[in-house]
Amino acid sequence: MKISKHPLLSVLLCLVLIIGLAVGCTSAKPDDQAGQPDQNSTPEPANPNVVLATTTSTQDSGLLDVLLPVFEQETGYKVKTIAVGTGAALEMGKKGEADVLLVHAPSSEKALVDEGIGINYQLVMHNDFIIVGPPSDQANLKNIKDLNEAFQAIADTESIFISRGDDSGTHKKELQLWKDAGVTPEGTWYQESGTGMGQTLIIASEKEGYTLTDRATYLANKGNLNLEIVLQGNKELLNIYHVMQVNPDKFPDLSVPINAEGGKAFVEFMINADTQKIIGEFGVDKYGEPLFTPDAGKSMDDLGN
Amino acid sequence: MELIWQGIIEAFRLIFSGDPEVFGITLLTLRVSGMATLISLLLGLPLGTIIGLCHFPGRKFILSIINSSMGLPPVVVGLWVSIFLWRSGPFGFLNIMYTPTAIIIAQSVIACPIIIGLSAAALQQTSEKIRLQIRALGANKFQYLLLLLGEIKLSLMAAVIAGFGAVISEVGASMAVGGNIKGYSRVLTTATVLEVSKGQFDVAIALSIILCVLAFTVTAILTMLQQKRQGG
Repeated sequence: MKISKHPLLSVLLCLVLIIGLAVGCTSAKPDDQAGQPDQNSTPEPANPNVVLATTTSTQDSGLLDVLLPVFEQETGYKVKTIAVGTGAALEMGKKGEADVLLVHAPSSEKALVDEGIGINYQLVMHNDFIIVGPPSDQANLKNIKDLNEAFQAIADTESIFISRGDDSGTHKKELQLWKDAGVTPEGTWYQESGTGMGQTLIIASEKEGYTLTDRATYLANKGNLNLEIVLQGNKELLNIYHVMQVNPDKFPDLSVPINAEGGKAFVEFMINADTQKIIGEFGVDKYGEPLFTPDAGKSMDDLGN
Repeated sequence: MELIWQGIIEAFRLIFSGDPEVFGITLLTLRVSGMATLISLLLGLPLGTIIGLCHFPGRKFILSIINSSMGLPPVVVGLWVSIFLWRSGPFGFLNIMYTPTAIIIAQSVIACPIIIGLSAAALQQTSEKIRLQIRALGANKFQYLLLLLGEIKLSLMAAVIAGFGAVISEVGASMAVGGNIKGYSRVLTTATVLEVSKGQFDVAIALSIILCVLAFTVTAILTMLQQKRQGG
């Protein structure tokens, strides 16, 4: 028996070699990136990994792609961005899975701050929500200025409304607006997409429905959509972003401790004057108008006036 | 139709301009899914052999679980691996959540049942005559196993191909445990999801084309290895 010349072995060896080659050549890369920032002038923090839980809107709009390299360059931290709905981002904070949060659901954030989990809670910026709908505008929202009337009109005409349905900041805002209007959204016309904002806009466009969206995502997707802005400019439609670090004292038992220094550095970075200037200019080159308004140092009551 | 053209043009641009980000994502995808397939093979083949050849109580029950796990939804795997790897989870101390390593683990969980199930089935199908013959020729246990595995080499390669195909195409687990972190744990499928949600359809189409070409190339190489030895 010639076991040594067995074909199976050579086939398996080839396989191992091929995969091994693909695997071996780069396997050390991620740790190097995390540990060694590329510039000599950059400081080297003891624990360079910062987990940022944020909403999909900050990532989808491209703002983080602009801000994070600056932060990493200045401080030497390496940010791991987990972009999820606001509900999930807050939940990550609650469980101590994230070091710092950048979110936009003030009413839900309040609970976290009250519990002492969210500390160093700072107003960063706002953009606004808008209601978009098909050009035919069957609920005639373009002629309505009052938000409550607008939502009642959608329900009365049973026009299709696409809800995010994902417990995100935008979804929470939408539910609040229905509640304020005294309408319980039910029926075949009210549909939950369960996906992100971009995807929800596409669904609304395809189904000729209305939806509530943040302006940034709408502008970024406008070219692919057959949707128009039908209502905007109300104070209730402000979309306010706060940043907060997760309190390390609340999670003494975690096997991987909260990176308090990293979280603090990120909060400070988001509200410093240079960063606020970048935020205020972001999007002008592409859309002709800024996507966000920097608000550091203001109070919530100052906004929208 | 215009969108498709734009996507195809964008794909060629991204591939031939050597875009470092796309190149990095592609390499990471290959590395992660390749590693996961390799681990599944190393774990799955011995387990498949035991289940395929040995008789022990509860064997049919275990086999049913393995067979139904072949269709384990990636999001479910992603969720459960997340629960274990989170800082608050039992393996939080490893500090590997939101890393490529976490994706490799999740994808191994997805591919392992496929390798176990298919190799066990293939071994069970080897004819009783061959088994007797090998034994009669005086093979020891190791030689016996090696020869039997040689008998099923076509099926084994098919199992590897199926496992690799399952992990390179999944998105749910990679998204959940990798976090789709730019330049670090972003793979082709999660990058495609992101580009779709950003409304960048041309880039999304380009990434999908790269993914399909990559999957096809690897599968073609494996298939050629599989078919090459068939005559000899």
